[in-house]
Amino acid sequence: MIRLKANAPGVPLADQWDAYKSGCKLVSPNNKGKLDIIVVGTGLAGASAAATLGQLGYNVKSFCYQDTPRRAHSIAAQGGINAAKNYQNDGDNIFRLFYDTIKGGDYRSRESNVYRLASISPEIIDLCVAQGVPFAREYGGLLANRSFGGAQVSRTFYARGQTGQQLLIGAYSAMSRQIEAGTVKLYNRRDVLDIVVVDGKARGIIARNLVTGEIERYSAHAVVLATGGYGNVFYLSTNAMGSNVSPAWSAYKKGALFANPCFTQIHPTCIPVHGEFQSKLTLMSESLRNDGRIWVPREKADAELLRQKKLRPEQIHESKRDYYLERRYPAFGNLVPRDVASRAAKERCDEGYGVSSSGLAVYLDFSNAIERLGRDTISARYGNLFQMYQRIVDDNPYRTPMMIYPAVHYTMGGLWVDYELMTTVPGLYSIGECNFSDHGANRLGASALMQGLADGYFILPYTISGYLSHEINTPPIPTTLPEFHHAAREVTDRLARLKGTKGKESVDHFHRKLGRIMWEYCGMSRNEAGLTRAIGLIGELKEEFASGVRIPGGLREYNPELEKAWRVGDFIELGNLMVRDALHRKESCGGHFREEYQTADHEALRNDEEFTYVAAWEHKENAVPEMHREELHFETVKLMQRSYK
Amino acid sequence: MKFTLKIWRQKNADDKGGMVAYKVDEVSPDSSFFEMLDQLNQQLIGKGEDPVAFDHDCREGICGTCSLYINGRPHGPLRGTTTCQLHMRVFRDGQTIYVEPWRCGAFPVVKDLIVDRSALDKIIQAGGYISINSGGVPDANTIPIPRQKADAAFDAAACIGCGACVAACPNASAMLFVGAKVSHLALLPQGRIEAERRVQQMVIAMDRLGFGFCSNTYACQAECPKEIKIANIARLNREFLAAKLAAEKEKDIGFTL
Repeated sequence: MIRLKANAPGVPLADQWDAYKSGCKLVSPNNKGKLDIIVVGTGLAGASAAATLGQLGYNVKSFCYQDTPRRAHSIAAQGGINAAKNYQNDGDNIFRLFYDTIKGGDYRSRESNVYRLASISPEIIDLCVAQGVPFAREYGGLLANRSFGGAQVSRTFYARGQTGQQLLIGAYSAMSRQIEAGTVKLYNRRDVLDIVVVDGKARGIIARNLVTGEIERYSAHAVVLATGGYGNVFYLSTNAMGSNVSPAWSAYKKGALFANPCFTQIHPTCIPVHGEFQSKLTLMSESLRNDGRIWVPREKADAELLRQKKLRPEQIHESKRDYYLERRYPAFGNLVPRDVASRAAKERCDEGYGVSSSGLAVYLDFSNAIERLGRDTISARYGNLFQMYQRIVDDNPYRTPMMIYPAVHYTMGGLWVDYELMTTVPGLYSIGECNFSDHGANRLGASALMQGLADGYFILPYTISGYLSHEINTPPIPTTLPEFHHAAREVTDRLARLKGTKGKESVDHFHRKLGRIMWEYCGMSRNEAGLTRAIGLIGELKEEFASGVRIPGGLREYNPELEKAWRVGDFIELGNLMVRDALHRKESCGGHFREEYQTADHEALRNDEEFTYVAAWEHKENAVPEMHREELHFETVKLMQRSYK
Repeated sequence: MKFTLKIWRQKNADDKGGMVAYKVDEVSPDSSFFEMLDQLNQQLIGKGEDPVAFDHDCREGICGTCSLYINGRPHGPLRGTTTCQLHMRVFRDGQTIYVEPWRCGAFPVVKDLIVDRSALDKIIQAGGYISINSGGVPDANTIPIPRQKADAAFDAAACIGCGACVAACPNASAMLFVGAKVSHLALLPQGRIEAERRVQQMVIAMDRLGFGFCSNTYACQAECPKEIKIANIARLNREFLAAKLAAEKEKDIGFTL
């Protein structure tokens, strides 16, 4: 029986991280160079970890599937990064950021981890500025801030609409410096297909060289997964095309528990779906909600005319518009957290008030803001986003309201980790979006970048030293061990099986099908009947995929279809686990909305009595996964019904 | 919409390669260029043929993975647009579209339309950073930076590392790429400290990796999907010259950095 313990120091919340750092074991400089660490993924978490571990003198092997580390999908984050700097003197502090994050996560995250995150946040900004990240500034030369979805203070630092890009370039540059110094070795265009466990400890990986198709073995004293989220299980999401769950999924199969897989975030402001061949969804930064007002027509007849393009939105009189967020949530209005905003949009569209030809869109209108602030101000704030919208939709948002609809964006669930960010497999760590730890059932805007960098720059480098201090006498791990042979053979066999399938359909066909099942039954709202049905459908799909997929090309060459097939195989299995998790959680919280559990006015209804825990799933060979609980104890924050009214 | 595509096919780095014609129809004008290529690939897979390999990832114009000459122009006909943000409504129904990989000695072809751009990483590794470690840095507001300077640094830092500037240049020069990074860091007080060393190391790396020189054709600026300005090359030249002169002066007084 696995007992899940976070192992945060037993001192008051605010002192825990200091207490931990004071007590944790260190590795001396002359020993660090003898220790190998594998870091998989080069997004904000992975690149910042690789850079910092390299600076400390460890021997780092860094892996990414892209051609260069700078392309990892953190680069697409638009809005900003939170930090409790209180530069605006508007009442922010560490406790408030901690509290907002716990509340925003609907009380399903761990107090100790979240408090640490909030307390580290100011250091991140200091470091990024020192690296040369060109954050927005005021005319006086100091850093600018803005408020961001779900917060009543201005604590978000930003670099136009490209904050993720600038932060990632900072981390990538720091990592490049270590590559030059020889402490980090980069392995690009590699898919990590298995984790190698030797005597119960994570000791290496099996990777496929995407250019040659070669199956390669790499060993280390510890393995860090920074492989991001699994939103692509829905096929259409705002993730990059290559984002995948496979390294995390192989960790799950090697004994790491997967926590809260059903907690997925649907972002309220994305460009609506246009057609069958659509390959991905594009996010429009949430910062747009600072000045844009969201509405649908008050009359269904108007909505119908808008859908048929017989009417233009500008022609709808003010009195015939329903600014439903302002109506339902007067205190927060258009700035309610993402889960609330997304559900409200779905509710209006389901009721028949949706616009766009599909009926699956609402308006995000800037006409008031342009009147009030002038076109130049709006252009300075959102110019690049407006341009992107116009390019994709071929419509001018300065004149006509934007059309938006929710889309899958982020996954709060992930590998279970303790206070040290270690999974249940000793020596296997998980950082950034890849783990489950900080955002509970819903993530607040501008908190993903904060978490990725906190984990990579400031947390993991400390916590991993405690583990490695016991490894200083372990010589380099030979990749000739039977465990490596075995893992490599399993990978080779599975690839050969995939390639040998004499089916008729492309990988995308199955991925699209999976996406439709997940979106329909395990998307913005869920119910028992639908989820039960989804389990059956996913089971059928798994069988169809095993016999029906067709993969052209060879095993020993550049073969993108083969890469996709591996990933989709894992996504199908993950889909099953997500549905199980959603089915078992008989409450609504954050991004997980079970229709059976809602208040009279259709808000999420938690069940704290029974579900104040993290559901961490253990893989069982040829059997249903077993759930373990980590009870969540709230000693500082009082659990309350989340209200933004 | 219907299109005739003439696409460069090359099995691997050693293969000679050549143009192959394909037809694709029932393309939605709202499809992106890559969604059109996806459609073609679905067709090819259906026939049991090898699909066209191309680099792409975020498909929202920021990761810099995508490339391609489309009708001879890096990232296609639109100004300030990456290939992934190019939509088929831009083309004429029935048009023939030529699609080729970047052509540059420093970017060898991997397969079909995919090239190896790791030379750009190597330039950054040579000095495209501020040499600090994670920790022990001053409070972020300790050094105020004039907003105009910060904005100019941002404009240069917006580079996505796609290599279009190199692909557009008749000399396959990487001066815009290098100029953008040198400018980004040289404009900020944090980056000034090692500006002289940085510019020299990056220029040496650029030369060593086989990129050409700049002869002021301005093609890079015209084709850069992030519209990075050629003024950054001028700044690169100034920084380089100043660094060289400073180095000479230091030699005279018997002091080297």
